[in-house]
Amino acid sequence: MDWTWFHKLASPPHVYALAVRLTPWFAWPAALCIAAGLWGGLVLAPPDYQQGDGFRILYVHAPSAWMSLMVYVTMASAAAVGLIWRMKVAHAVAASCAPIGASFTFAALVTGALWGQPMWGTYWEWDPRLTSELVLLFLYLGYMGLRAGIEDPQRADRASAVLAVVGVVNVPIIHYSVTWWNSLHQAPSVMRLAKPEMPPAMLVPLLLMLLGFTLFFVALLLTRLRGEVLSRERAASWIREVIRT
Amino acid sequence: MRAFFDMGGYAAFVWPAYAVTLAVVFLNIFWARRALARSRQEARRRLQMQGEAS
Repeated sequence: MDWTWFHKLASPPHVYALAVRLTPWFAWPAALCIAAGLWGGLVLAPPDYQQGDGFRILYVHAPSAWMSLMVYVTMASAAAVGLIWRMKVAHAVAASCAPIGASFTFAALVTGALWGQPMWGTYWEWDPRLTSELVLLFLYLGYMGLRAGIEDPQRADRASAVLAVVGVVNVPIIHYSVTWWNSLHQAPSVMRLAKPEMPPAMLVPLLLMLLGFTLFFVALLLTRLRGEVLSRERAASWIREVIRT
Repeated sequence: MRAFFDMGGYAAFVWPAYAVTLAVVFLNIFWARRALARSRQEARRRLQMQGEAS
């Protein structure tokens, strides 16, 4: 197998240039998907037969929750690559993920609370799904705090990477919490192997939102990655060229 | 139109949920751009200092 593409990903100037070129290809489709998903979710989808229009919180809650997990897995994988191959760019990817993941975990918790109040009669319950999602927020915040607390960037990279990798055990706990324990939270209705149980008018806007948020994450990651790569490079001649433009 | 904003009586929950999520989306755009701008500025400053030193 040809591994040149992988080695090129370890080269900061290559990654920087690639990020500049790729960002619009993710940002604009993301904006389109999210706009279409919002229209579909708020206007076109019929009200739920049990939850009425209250179920429309799904279209912001599920994508936020998906982001909270997907971003964490990306962050932990990048951190692992950084630890194993001592790849600076991989650490830069992991560091870029954390604030994005933390903010969407926050959104998932808040939208979940706003959904819980009318449907379960409470904003918060120390329920397995809710508690493990809160732990995820603390993992992100811990990761960011650890990075901010260590002066030497290489040590910060390594220490925070260990935390990110260890914390990944929480991801399957969150995902399976609703099947393993008796949870208030409903079981998955889309992310499952069997056929989803939603009619297309409800399902399509949700899939658009999930796709839109994922593309949006890549665009954000690429933008943040450029900054992280720049701040890790000292006295490299390529920097002179990229900051002039 | 009125019915749309009323959200079948769930307006007090649906609209704040959308507002928070969209706020997080737009804040992320702002934060990411600000982080990049800061790194660029810092890199520029570093280069200038090196230029003066040599």
